[in-house]
Amino acid sequence: MGDLRELYQEVILDHNKCPRNCRRIDNPTCEASGYNPLCGDKITVFLTVSDRIIKDVSFEGSGCAISTASASMMTQALKGKTVDEALKIFGRFHDLVTGKTQGDNSAQENLGKLAVFTGVSKFPVRVKCASLAWHTLKSALDGSSETVTTE
Amino acid sequence: MSAGLTPAATPSGADRIVPVRSFDVEAIRRDFPILASTVNGKPLVYLDNAATSQKPRPVIETIMRYYAAENANIHRGVHWLSELATAKHEAARVKVQHFINAAAAREIIFVRGATEAINLVAQSWGRANLRPGDEILVTGMEHHSNIVPWQIVCEATGAILRAAPFSDRGQLLLGEFDRMLTGKTRLVAVTHVSNALGTINPVHRIVQAAHDRGALALIDGCQAIPHMPVDVRELDCDFYVFSGHKVFGPTGIGALYGKEKLLDAMPPYQGGGDMIKSVSFEKTTYNDLPYKFEAGTPHIAGAIGLGAALDYIQDIGMRRINEYENQLLTRATNAISEIPGVRIIGTPPCKASLISFVIDGIHPHDIGTILDQEGIAIRTGHHCAQPVMERLGVPATARASFAFYNTHQEADALVRAIRKVIEVFN
Repeated sequence: MGDLRELYQEVILDHNKCPRNCRRIDNPTCEASGYNPLCGDKITVFLTVSDRIIKDVSFEGSGCAISTASASMMTQALKGKTVDEALKIFGRFHDLVTGKTQGDNSAQENLGKLAVFTGVSKFPVRVKCASLAWHTLKSALDGSSETVTTE
Repeated sequence: MSAGLTPAATPSGADRIVPVRSFDVEAIRRDFPILASTVNGKPLVYLDNAATSQKPRPVIETIMRYYAAENANIHRGVHWLSELATAKHEAARVKVQHFINAAAAREIIFVRGATEAINLVAQSWGRANLRPGDEILVTGMEHHSNIVPWQIVCEATGAILRAAPFSDRGQLLLGEFDRMLTGKTRLVAVTHVSNALGTINPVHRIVQAAHDRGALALIDGCQAIPHMPVDVRELDCDFYVFSGHKVFGPTGIGALYGKEKLLDAMPPYQGGGDMIKSVSFEKTTYNDLPYKFEAGTPHIAGAIGLGAALDYIQDIGMRRINEYENQLLTRATNAISEIPGVRIIGTPPCKASLISFVIDGIHPHDIGTILDQEGIAIRTGHHCAQPVMERLGVPATARASFAFYNTHQEADALVRAIRKVIEVFN
C-alpha cells in the first residue's frame, strides 16, 4: 500500500473528485487539445494571456485520476504566472515525475503543492498521465493547432 | 508432456467427448513456469489472457529444442537438418489443420498473426474482386485489425465498409445485420468472440446468411480459438484467422484458413522466395498452396511452437477447457455484479471468459494500477476497439480475461482487489 498511497495522495484524490478550473474559457487567447491514446485521456486547455502573463487558465476533458488532478493543480499553480515561469515550472514538474529530482528536497519545495506528484516516478507508465495537461498547455502557448499526443 | 490430467492422456485428433475427469488446475499451472512469479511481492494473478496468453513448458521446450538441435532453412536444403526442419514445420501445419478441422493442410497459410491474415485477404482477395459500390459488412464490435485492413482496401477499390450495430448488452443485432446484408455485400468479416465485451457471435448463422446472399464470410477467431472447439468445415466459413500467441503459442505466428478453391484463385500477397516455382525476367510461375502465400523464410520455430501449443490444449480437451472457464466466468461475474458502483460492460447471453467493467468515478487506468499493486494483471483502455467504446459511451474499460490455468482463488482475488480500488478512492 506504500507506493500506492504515495501515488494516490489525498490531495490528488480530492482534485480528481472536484477538479478546479474545470471549465471552458470563452474567447481564450489560446487553447490546445491533448490525447493519451494509451488510456483514452482527452483534455483541452484554455488560456487567457496578456502581456505574457497568464490571467486565466482552465481545462476540460476526461481522464484518469492522475491526469485530472494534474490538470486541475496545474491551472491553480499557473494562474498569475508569466509564460516563461510556467514553462520553467513544467520543466521542473517533468523532472519530478520522471524521477530526475529524486531525493532533491529543494527541487521539490520549488514546486510547492505540485510536489505531491512525486509518487508518479515509481509508476513509469503513469508519467504520461501526469504530464498530458502540461504538454497540452505548452502546445497552446506555442500556438500549435495540432492535437498533442503522448505517444 | 504433462497437461495436468488425472487419467492417461487421450488420443490426439479433433476434440473428443471426454468422460468426467477432475480438472486438475494446480497440475496445469505447474506446466506454466511464469505462473509461479511474484509481482510487487504478491503472487502473479495473470488475467490479461485476451491480450496474450502464457506459454506451457512443452511450447518453450519445443522452441528451445528447435534452435538447439533442429534449426535449418526449410523447403530448399537437401541436407538432413533442412529435411528435419521442413518436416517439423509441415507437421505443425497439419496440427493446425486438424485443430480447426480443415479439409487439407494446404488450406492453412502461416502468417504473423490474425492481423496479417486479414490484411492478406483484404489485399489479395479484396483488390482482385472488389469493385466500386461493393460492400464489406463487419460488426460494430470488431477489433481495429478487422476494420482498418478493409478501410484500406475500400479506399483502393471504391468499395464501402459497413458495420452492423450491437445492443446495449453487447449482442449483435441480427435483424439489423440481415438488413445490411444485401446483394451488394461481397464479404462479411465478423469476430467470433468480441475482445472487448466477450460476446460470442452466432457465426454459424452469420456464415449461412452471408452465403445465402452470395457473400463470402471471414471469421476472426483470435478470442475463440483458446476457449472453445472450432470446426471450420461445420461453420462453412470461407476464411478463419487466429494468432498463435493468444492460444499459448509464440508471438509472430498465426494462421489463415481459407477454402482451397478461393485461395487458389487469389493472387499472391507478397512476392519473394519460396512462393515461386520458377523465376525468369520474362515469366514467374507461382508456387502451389499454401506456399504461394508464404514468401520468404517463415517463422519456423514459431510454427513448430504453435503446433506444440495446440497439442497441449488438445490433450486437455477444448470442451473441458470451455466448461472450466465458464465456471470461472460465472463465479467472477456474480461476485463483481454484487459490488456497488461496478458495472459490467457486455452482458450478452453467450459470453467467453472475459469481463470488461467500469467503476463509478474511477478511471480504468487507475483500476489497473491498483490491481497491479496486488499482483493482478488486467488490461485497461479501449482494447483496440474504439468503436465499441464510442457505442457504449465509455472512454475505456478495465478487462479481466481468464484462461484455463486461472483458479477460483484468482477470481476471488480479483473481486477483493476491485473492492480495494473503491476503498482507495473513497
